[in-house]
Formats: sequence, structure tokens, C-alpha cells
Amino acid sequence: MGVMIKLSRRVAVGALGAFLAWSAAAQERFIVVASTTSTEQSGLFGHLLPLFKQASGIEVRVVAVGTGQALDTARRGDADAVFVHDSVAEEKFVAEGFAPQRRLVMYNDFVLIGPANDPAKTKGRDIAAALGQLARQGAGFISRGDKSGTHAAELRLWKQASVDLATNRPAGYKECGCGMGPALNMAASTNGYVLADRGTWLSFKNRGELAVLVEGDKALFNQYGVMVVSPAKHPHVKQALAQAFADWLVGPAGQAAIAAYKIGGEQLFFPNAQP
Amino acid sequence: MTGMPPFAATPLVTLEAASVRFGAVAALSGVDLELRRGDRLALVGANGSGKTTLLRMMHGLVPPGSGRCTQHALAPEGRTPVAAMLFQRPFLLHLSARRNVSLALWLRGVGREERAALTQQALRRVGLEDLAGRPARALSGGQQQRLAMARAWAMRPDILFLDEPTASLDPSAKREVETLIEAFAAEGTTIVFSTHNLGQAKRLATRVAYLEGGHVMVDLPTNAFFHGPLPPEAAQFLRGELPWV
Amino acid sequence: MEGMNTFADSLALAAHLVWVGDAELWRIVALSLRVSLAACAVGAVFGLWLGAWLAVARFPGWPVAIWLLNTLLALPSVVVGLVVYLLLSRAGPLGSWGLLFTPTAMVIAQSILVVPLFAALTRRLVQDGLADGGDQLRSLGAGPLLTAGLLLLHERRALLTIGLTAFGRAVAEVGAVMIVGGNINGVTRVMTTAIALETSKGDLALALALGAVLLGVVGLVNLLIAAVQGVARTAGLEAAPA
Repeated sequence: MGVMIKLSRRVAVGALGAFLAWSAAAQERFIVVASTTSTEQSGLFGHLLPLFKQASGIEVRVVAVGTGQALDTARRGDADAVFVHDSVAEEKFVAEGFAPQRRLVMYNDFVLIGPANDPAKTKGRDIAAALGQLARQGAGFISRGDKSGTHAAELRLWKQASVDLATNRPAGYKECGCGMGPALNMAASTNGYVLADRGTWLSFKNRGELAVLVEGDKALFNQYGVMVVSPAKHPHVKQALAQAFADWLVGPAGQAAIAAYKIGGEQLFFPNAQP
Repeated sequence: MTGMPPFAATPLVTLEAASVRFGAVAALSGVDLELRRGDRLALVGANGSGKTTLLRMMHGLVPPGSGRCTQHALAPEGRTPVAAMLFQRPFLLHLSARRNVSLALWLRGVGREERAALTQQALRRVGLEDLAGRPARALSGGQQQRLAMARAWAMRPDILFLDEPTASLDPSAKREVETLIEAFAAEGTTIVFSTHNLGQAKRLATRVAYLEGGHVMVDLPTNAFFHGPLPPEAAQFLRGELPWV
Repeated sequence: MEGMNTFADSLALAAHLVWVGDAELWRIVALSLRVSLAACAVGAVFGLWLGAWLAVARFPGWPVAIWLLNTLLALPSVVVGLVVYLLLSRAGPLGSWGLLFTPTAMVIAQSILVVPLFAALTRRLVQDGLADGGDQLRSLGAGPLLTAGLLLLHERRALLTIGLTAFGRAVAEVGAVMIVGGNINGVTRVMTTAIALETSKGDLALALALGAVLLGVVGLVNLLIAAVQGVARTAGLEAAPA
């Protein structure tokens, strides 16, 4: 019996140990950056991170979740830096002391996606008018409903359109509590309208009959910012490495790399870091 | 055949007003019985009369719910008797025949070399030497029961309990097993067995106990049991069996 | 018709990815296998003994323990992921171990997921074995835990099936590994999280293709086990089933 117990213990320790060793070997220099699903799904990181690794030798591990979750992850100390696109939530993060400052990195824009034949007659350059139309027509609209940067932007735009979602929810309004991709999937299969960031839309493959209906409105401007988590709140964060990442992003090399990222010849993100 | 070593018929297990219930069923009620060294005790009775429960209680697998079941040290050796039990269908592990026997010895703390020697001896004694490496479960019914006896033999038991050991065997296998039981008895092992086969009881036992509804109704030496006067229920039971022996 | 095209496309894509030996794909497959196999190893150690012990031991509250075990069989993987996340997060009690978003965290989460499976199935196995041979083993002098161990040895073939069941549960789950691993490209991305990612990106054909590859890999594992069992049988080490 002692033999069997010893053997079992050896197996368990061996398995866990092999894993710890394996993880330790991959220890090198790396940071965890909490970012958003839309940024990851646009493919930007696949383009940027190898360039950064080459320049600095630092591996960036991106955990991509909704903006709200990304900021919470950083609040818990599970990320070294945050890279999201919700200025209101980010300012709050800084105000709470979790990061010393927010640095602007780049912007892209949101677009209103809907069925190409546009039954609700939203087409044009005025997003507030378009949303007003949707509300009046009761057309199907998919909201992400997940505390993401896109969701926050969507809520602001409804307010701009003078539609009070709490008291006067449009007939076809559906909240999926999901990421940009699944929301687009839903819109594609129900021929509904959805607010999306251009980056995700450009790399989205399951379009069905959807097309871009409203774009170019200043209100659809979507600003990205980077914040390094403060060691005052979480002493274990890899502050130097994370700072190197933030500096690179807003520096000439990072900004150029961002501008160089294209899908189908179209640039997705526009660098706008302030010196 | 070795001669019987001389010893006194000292008590090994004493039951006093022993009773046990399983749920609503009274498996044994008020049993008074004393097992003495050198006994060859046969337990007979209908199904459900309590034979198996009595065997298990004497072996120590079931404690009495009320009354007492006392196990005595061997006299004159002074140690606890080594007991082994065989069941109607022998339980053998999915291992080779040899391993099944040496496992029993390992459980008793016997060292490796002694284990190998005793296992070899035991298998030879029951005539299964050639099948030692076979998976135990691949043996025939009779061979499996013989293997179980080899397992018991290797332990050199002072008491051997057997619960209907030949009930599921064909006549020749039955004969083989009975021969082995006799061999055990000849070497001084105390035997307690239950059986439906009155002929077997007559052949092997020195003492017969008849159970009915959890009570021991009759407890007599074999001759007296089969040829003397019996209370009516026991007599009925005897007659109910086929007369051939 | 759209749907049918997707199925056809994805099977073709799956075949292509396998044929071409896509490096990314094999890295993801390798990680899936490593995480789930390690989790089964750890889960087996705890689950087998827990199940065997529950089969032989009786103590006040035993029926409650059994009820709890059976209830835990239905633990949603995402709940396990959440609990482990809260434990391993820097803000949590085990944060200083720094295990969040690593494959080790994924192994831990999946181990917790499969322990109830191992335990419940083993308990049933040993309890049935006890009905057969409990008395005999006690008669031979085996205490409760030893009896349990011997019955596990006795039923080792069935244990393999239990192991495969647990492996299936582990390798197919996505909720736990997504939360504790973070689906980090090149570090903690496994088959199921990759499928989830491609689905949410709208690349359904690729998602289905990955699903087909996952099934294929599990099928290969099962084939291997069956082959090993077959060899053992012909070598006469196992008794032919009665």
C-alpha cells in the first residue's frame, strides 16, 4: 500500500512540477497587458507585439476581455499595464490611483453596421439621427451590453440621440452581454443593426448581408489609451518593463508600426500620441 | 496423511445469546454455541436460516447486536487463532493464480522469500502448480475453489470457515474440494462449514448444527444427529432432503 | 445552404491544416494535450483515492458527502474557472504564487473539474467490487483502505475507461481555461479557447475546422489506449472477459 501511495504522490508532484518548470523556463522578460477583445480581434497585436519584442526583448502577453473586465483585472493587480478605449473609465482608473497617468496612443472610429437594404433608413453621416430613426422604426439593434468601451460609446450616442434606454427602450433593442464578434454574428443572422469598431468589422468574416451605413461622424471617434499599473497599489507589477512598453507605443517606432497596420489596404488605427 | 497433533478440545469461539438484525430481519436470535478446537462442525438448514451469518459472526466479520461472541486464544500456544474463510463463489483478483496466493501472505506481513516458498507449496498441495502463471479468473470453477483453498492453506489457518464451498461445483470438483477439506482437518485445522448437502455433512463433520429462522435448534455429534431422535422440525428437514448420500 | 457550405469548407480546411502541418495549430494541440493530461494525472491521484475511501469508509454525514460529490459532477467549468481565478488573482489569497494566466493555472482548474468525476465513478466501481469481494478481503486481513486499493488494482481496466472519460471532459471544456488562462496567444491558447476566439471573430469555418481537429486528436488518443489494451490481452497478461 505504501508503494501505491508513494507512486500516486510521485505522479502528482511530477505532473505539477513539470508544469511549473515549463512555465518557469518561459519566465524570461514578459508583462501581462489587459486589453480589449476588439483590439485583439482586429489583429493589431499580432502585428505590433513581434516588433516590440524584437526591439526590447520583452514578451507581451495580452489578456483580451471587455474594457470593464480589463480595468478590473488591472485593479486586482493581475496585469502590468492596460490598453483600452474608454476615456471616462480610464480617467476614473487614474483618479483611483491605480495608474499615474493615461497616455493617448491611437484612435479608430465606430461605424453603424446594418442590412445593406437599410429598412430603417439610417444611411448617412449623422449617427444621432440614425439612432433616432432606429428607435422610431423599432428596428432590430444588437447591443454588446458588456461594460466594454464600445458599449460605453453606444450608450453615450443613444443619449446624444435623446433616446432614454431606461424608460423608452426601442422595440428591437437586444442586449447580448457579449464581445464584438458575437454581436456582429447576431446582427448578421438576424439582419439587425449594430455599432461596431471599424477594426473588428474589417476583419469580420461572417458578414451575411451587412454593410457600413453610418460613418465619419465626429461623435464616432474612438480613442485608445495606455496606462501602466502603479506599484504603489501593487508592488509586484513589472513597472520598468511595462513602462518600456508604454513608452514604445507612444514613441516614434510604435506610432509608425500602428500606422503601418492595414487590412485589405485600409489603415485601421490612427496614431495620435502627444509628445 | 499426517497424524493429528495432540491438543485438547479447548474453546475457540463462544457465542452466548448472540443475536443480530439486518434492518427488519432477525438473522440470528439468541444463539448459544461453542466452537472447540478440532471440531468439524457442519451448519445445515434452509436458505435464510442464518448459516452464513453465523459463519461470519464466528469469523469476526459481523459483531452481535446483542449477546456475546468471544474469541479465545489458542491453548496451549497462547496466540490468537489464524482464521480463513472460503465462500461459495471464490473471490479472486484479476491477477495470476500465484499472485492471488502470495497477496494473502503479503497481507499477513510475510517476507518476500518466505512468500514465494509458501505460495509454491500451497499451489503444489492443491495440484495447481502448472497453472500458477494463469490469470486466476481464467480457471474453471473447481480450480478456482482449489486456488482459494491454496490461498487459505498458505496461511496455515487454525480455523477454516467455508460457506457452501461445493454448492456450485460439479461432482468431480466437489470431490476434489472435499478431499482438501479432509486434508486440512487431518492437519489439525478446526473446520466450520455450511452446506445443503446432507451427505457431505455426514462425510466430513464430527458435529452438526441445524438452524431455523436464526435459531440453533439442534447441536449434536454427527451420529446422534443422523440416527438419533430429533425435534420435529429438524426431523422434517432431514426427510425433506433426498435420501441418497 | 450557407450552413452546409460552412461544414464542407471547414472539413476541407481541417484537412488542409493537418496536411500542411500548421505550426500554430500543432502548438495549440500540444498545449491542449499537455494541460488536460496533466490535469487528469493530478485529478486521478486525488479522485481515485477519494472515491475509494468514500466507498469503504462510513462516518456520520457520509450520505451528505455522497450527495455533495454527485452534485459537484455538474460543476460548470466556468464556475470552476471563476473560483480558481479569484484564488490565484493577485488580489486573492494565493496571488503571490503568480500563477494566473499560466498553463499551470489551467492544469489546476481542470484538475478540480475532473476530481469529482474520478471520485464518483471510482466510488461506484469500488462499492460494486466490495459487494463481490469485501468479505473475502476482510477475511484475508485487509483493512478498509487496503481493501479499496486492492479493488482499484482489481478493476484497473475500468479505471482506464474512467480516465478516458475524465480526459474527454477536460480537453473539451472551455470555461475554466478561458478565465484562468486568459487565452493568451502563444502562451495559454488551447484548442477550445481558439475555437471560441475564431467563432467570436466570425471565422466559423476555421472554428469548425479546429473542432474537427480536436475530435481527431481525442480519437487518436482513444485508439492508442485501445491498441495498448489489445497488446496486453494477446500477451496473456489479462484474463479474457468471462
